[in-house]
Amino acid sequence: MSASRQRWKALIVDDEELARKLLREMLSSHPEIEIAAECGNGMEAVKSAAEHKPDLLFLDVQMPKLTGFDVLELIERDNVGVIFVTAYDQYAMKAFEVHAVDYLLKPFSRERFEAALERAKHQKPKKEVDAAELAAAARPSGEFAERIVVKDGTKVTLIPVLKLDYVEALDDYVSLVTEGKKHLKQQTISGLELALDPRLFVRIHRSYLVNLERVTRIEPYGKDSKVAILTNGVRLPVSRAGYARLKTLLDEKN
Amino acid sequence: MSTKSFSRTQHMVFWVGWIFFGLVLAGLLNSLAGMSGKNALSFGMVLSGIAQLSAWSAVFSCRTVPLAKTPAWRLLLTHLAAAVVLTLVWVKIGYIISMQLDPLPKWEGIYLQYAHRTGLLYGAGVFYYLLSVAVTYALIAQQASQEAQDRAVESIARAREAELSALKAQINPHFLYNSLNSISALTSIDPARAREMCVALADFLRFTLGMGEKRAIPLAEEVSLLEKYCAIEKVRFGDRLTIEKEIADDAKACLLPPLLLQPLFENAVVHGIAQIPEGGWIRLSAARQADRLALTVENSWDPEAGSSRRNGVGLKNVQRRLEARYGNAAQLQAQAEDDVFRVSLVFPAETEEKK
Repeated sequence: MSASRQRWKALIVDDEELARKLLREMLSSHPEIEIAAECGNGMEAVKSAAEHKPDLLFLDVQMPKLTGFDVLELIERDNVGVIFVTAYDQYAMKAFEVHAVDYLLKPFSRERFEAALERAKHQKPKKEVDAAELAAAARPSGEFAERIVVKDGTKVTLIPVLKLDYVEALDDYVSLVTEGKKHLKQQTISGLELALDPRLFVRIHRSYLVNLERVTRIEPYGKDSKVAILTNGVRLPVSRAGYARLKTLLDEKN
Repeated sequence: MSTKSFSRTQHMVFWVGWIFFGLVLAGLLNSLAGMSGKNALSFGMVLSGIAQLSAWSAVFSCRTVPLAKTPAWRLLLTHLAAAVVLTLVWVKIGYIISMQLDPLPKWEGIYLQYAHRTGLLYGAGVFYYLLSVAVTYALIAQQASQEAQDRAVESIARAREAELSALKAQINPHFLYNSLNSISALTSIDPARAREMCVALADFLRFTLGMGEKRAIPLAEEVSLLEKYCAIEKVRFGDRLTIEKEIADDAKACLLPPLLLQPLFENAVVHGIAQIPEGGWIRLSAARQADRLALTVENSWDPEAGSSRRNGVGLKNVQRRLEARYGNAAQLQAQAEDDVFRVSLVFPAETEEKK
């Protein structure tokens, strides 16, 4: 991308009207930037991003339904310069720094705003920043994801982790099984495992992550493998290492 | 500390017991066994001294059979058996001493005088041992109550500390920075409102920071603080935030720890309103029920937003502060019902600060 001649399409995402107005005002001295849309929440942002294909995204972190991290995870991010805008949040700040993501701390000065804007315009967008990883880094240690966002076409679904039965790895995807329904998500099972509370979810097999609450019993299967039987009757293979993990976890609980 | 005071009391009991029992024995030996006064006194004191050793051993038997946790028959059996055995040994030692003393000119005849009256000594020995058991139990009980008192004092100190730190943690930095950002936006869009917001924020801060020294404030004052807080949040949230109040007149003068309700409102905003795209409402109701004050903070809530865990910190602080001030007389109940989150507090209605 060359910064000099291009017109830029920007999206402002913040649940506070005044915060959006402030960004709009600061952008008003930049005729090369066109504000394609303002969004008051994450859902709107995902929709708007698909529709307008913005070059620049001003993204608040704490918003209803979907956080800024969720939005980042759900949109097509090729060629989008992202600037997070957030009030004091020590964990998020650390995550931004670690992942070299641009951010503005509320309240911010004109100079700080210009600098972030310049950087976002000139820097090649970092495709390699994994949004889920960024979100995980922004969580205080000892806290885990409470829900998982999944996008199916244009529909966004929020799955509370406690409703997950199990997760199956399918190459670059994971299949999230909840209440008999399956949701596909582009993420590795190891990445997802890191986001979930290890006291609730166990990797019983290379390809399976199970909600401990759903396991009713473990039965031997074949010579030296085992099978876990869930409350809804589903049978999942348990590897030897998986069985060891399961056992330590159950022993800790008792 | 308490074990030290225990042994000090025990020392005193030891000496008092020695002299007391020695005099009793001297009296008995003098009047009933016909010992000369001088001999009876010396011999009684020696016997009493030995008896103190067995009385001392009562501490161990009392510890092995604690009064509250042992059936009566076992208590009786243990202590009677110890009393009989120790008294037998004690009387026997008396025999040996009197036998050794008898040849001495001053002590002539003591052996016979002693041997004739051993029945009396058995009785006195058993009685004295059982008496020392009773005293030991009393000492143990006193020590336990002293310890309980120490613990109570300590827990009050700890509660007070928690209360202070809760107060200090009251102002959420997020709230401050977001408010400052709103002001920053308003300076060019609507300078007059920016000034208003500055004043509202200053009022809120002055009030909050000044509260640290007060132990209790009238509900009316807390409500006016909440109004300031909501005014600031309304600038941020606009139409998304609606406030409703229903405060009975006779509740307004009731006292409560300062900033008790503020964290509940903050929770309502952060975990309730802020999680709902179209916003919602917060309702405060206060009423007096006879000698109790009932407060309820309700707010719209999205059950699927699921930020329940962080809610816990604020609530726990409120609970701790209630406990610190009212002990068991206060109740806090928090529950989510469909799309309403409700926290109810009930505690004694006071209108005058207790000394």
